[in-house]
Amino acid sequence: MKRRGVGIACVLHPSGNKGAGDPSQAAIELKPDGTFVLLIGTVDLGQGSTTILRQVAADALDVPIETIFASNFGDDFAPLCTGSFASRVTLIDSHAVVNAAEDLKAKVKAFAAPMLGVEPEELEFADNKVFVKADPEKALAMADLGAAVNWGGEFIVGTGAWMPAPFQDHDPETGKMTAVAAIAFGTCVAEVEVDTETGEVDLLKLVQVWDVGKAVNPLMVRGQINGGLTIGMGFALSEATYPFYPSPDFSPSNFDDYVVPTFADYPKELKYGIVEVPKSAGVEGAIGFSEGSSNGPPPAIMSAIHDAIGVWIDQYPVTPELVLRALEAKEA
Amino acid sequence: MMTKYIGKAMPRYEGLGQVRGEITYVDDIHKPGMVYAKVLRSPVHKGIIRQLDVSPAENMPGVVGVLTLDDVPGIKTHGKYNDRYIFASENVRYKGEPIAAVVAVDEETALEAIDKIRLDIEEQEPVFDMFEAIKPGAPLVRPGSTSNLWEYVPGMTTRVLRLGDVEEGFKEADDVIEGRYVTSTQDHAPMEPHVSVAYIDEADRLVIHTVSQCMYFLEGMVAAMLALPMSKLRYIGGKNGGGFGGKNEVVCDHIAGLAALKFHKPVKYRLTRREDLLYSPKRGPFVFEYKTGFKKDGRIVASHIQEWHDTGAYAGMSAYATEKCGMFVAGPYNVPNILVEAQTIFTNKLTSSSMRGFAVINGQAVSEIQMNKVAEALGMDPWELRFINAWRDGDMGVTQYVIDGAGAIETMKKAAELAGIKLPEHLMAMSSRGR
Repeated sequence: MKRRGVGIACVLHPSGNKGAGDPSQAAIELKPDGTFVLLIGTVDLGQGSTTILRQVAADALDVPIETIFASNFGDDFAPLCTGSFASRVTLIDSHAVVNAAEDLKAKVKAFAAPMLGVEPEELEFADNKVFVKADPEKALAMADLGAAVNWGGEFIVGTGAWMPAPFQDHDPETGKMTAVAAIAFGTCVAEVEVDTETGEVDLLKLVQVWDVGKAVNPLMVRGQINGGLTIGMGFALSEATYPFYPSPDFSPSNFDDYVVPTFADYPKELKYGIVEVPKSAGVEGAIGFSEGSSNGPPPAIMSAIHDAIGVWIDQYPVTPELVLRALEAKEA
Repeated sequence: MMTKYIGKAMPRYEGLGQVRGEITYVDDIHKPGMVYAKVLRSPVHKGIIRQLDVSPAENMPGVVGVLTLDDVPGIKTHGKYNDRYIFASENVRYKGEPIAAVVAVDEETALEAIDKIRLDIEEQEPVFDMFEAIKPGAPLVRPGSTSNLWEYVPGMTTRVLRLGDVEEGFKEADDVIEGRYVTSTQDHAPMEPHVSVAYIDEADRLVIHTVSQCMYFLEGMVAAMLALPMSKLRYIGGKNGGGFGGKNEVVCDHIAGLAALKFHKPVKYRLTRREDLLYSPKRGPFVFEYKTGFKKDGRIVASHIQEWHDTGAYAGMSAYATEKCGMFVAGPYNVPNILVEAQTIFTNKLTSSSMRGFAVINGQAVSEIQMNKVAEALGMDPWELRFINAWRDGDMGVTQYVIDGAGAIETMKKAAELAGIKLPEHLMAMSSRGR
């Protein structure tokens, strides 16, 4: 018999390392043609960090994004980054990039002031140019500035760094540790069909919504929400490197016996949503959330299974064997 | 700030080249004269190495040389807690632990040579179950230790996180329910398995092409193992392939780097998918016991949560992960009285380390089951229970962090709407801005 059930889960994921002390740096170099190179030490193995940091840089400088090129992979040129982990990059690197942009703008204004016959404070760096606030007609385009700076014997690099707080450990007595920079929140609704003869669970529908503070790039947020489901589904239903834990026997050694969900296993009806409750720690309220997109599906799927068959299975992953044993125990 | 690009859906930078397969993976890198490393691994879960004779392998045609712990010029261990040996030399603690590496003209030759190494291990009784491992007299995973429990500070084997007064909280409760939960191990299964290419460049610096998620986090570790100042090491990161937390540990870089230094040749060391699945660090398993006290109106007033984390043979990132799990193990809810007691336990299995969701996933996965059981006990709609208890701005988590920009309620409203569920008006009137 096939039985359907619906389940919900409300979860969270913190952005930034536990206890903080996890800095990132950024540098922005003004090139002779008025374009920029954004240097970051944040490895992007697919997370999308380079893409969003370029967006942050373009807004912080108020220049067209096409004029910003990014490099992030060689330590000789890359500023320091603690790492692409702990959902920390959107939160922390964005500040480093903004700080680098502010530094660059101040340096460029100081360079441009005598050219325009004013004091640096009288200048505005915006709209891909530097101009006199009181007389916007008096302006230097970025391309002209780039040439003037670099061929004029100067080299302008804006630098910036940021971390949420110095490292803090737990108080041994109470466990107190307040360095939590920001928290992202998520809700997941799952509908499953459980085959009571085979014990198989089919995920039919899944809705996942995340509060990311501010979605720097909604397309990437969507990618992270729907992509994180793979690990969440595997955690919930199929993946275990010790299938008879705690026994280490019969460890899977390939994708035929270690079953990672594929798009064929994805729910036919998949919806995502973005909520933006600004976080005070983030640039424009934006923080990292991505790891969280794997946190919601397991308990939502588990609750849906309970709704379908009326028993709680208090163990992950919910293999067909566990389902059948739970049904047997219920009948006995 | 004027936001023209922040908030805009934009395609991935370099995305077209990536989907066209034009990006260079670390495994795509080839250097003239490059040789390959393969690793001899422990065939047993626990034992003492009585003999390790690598000479038959060294003398084989096509073999460049063999690496053992004696070849490591610097610190012989690595990891967040600096306890994993690059190669086992006296004791092995888990099946698959590296013992030696053979470097040869190709991987087939290296594997043939590995078969020729004379290895004699006196097998010892292993322990796999966390709860067996903490019984008095259990086999000790770490030679020379007195128990299999991690010490958070010397002599302290339980991390306690405490908010309010949990005993008073339970007195206040109208009802209490308990639950015991188990979560499993998981592999990162990234598109590109662990791989490293190392060579000495024109400026006599060691270059390592790494798949690391965190160049600077690992660079110091690798430099210390190789006894190089960081300035003598050029670490170059990858641009694709996925990490999911699996690439926060040194897996190939140190062995490729060591081989390049010793043999003055470009070296590639890569794991096959099989090796990656069987031997690289994994998401660690947890067992939880929850005791939750609540009022008839649905308010949770006390939680006592016990947490046991199986770190395997080495510390990995487990103690830190156990703590991070504990900090959020009551979910996004205001619980005025909480006691979390957490232990990290060694067993003779693979090392547990970071993975997407980093231990927070384990706590969330089970605390939400417990929440539903509370709703069931109250005869209350699970949405309502969550709305009532969800964090509001200014609420406090178990380690006294203060909630800012709370958004659980807002995500629930949106999710219900997308799922076609109509929530009652009194819930729709709620907000994270106040209670």
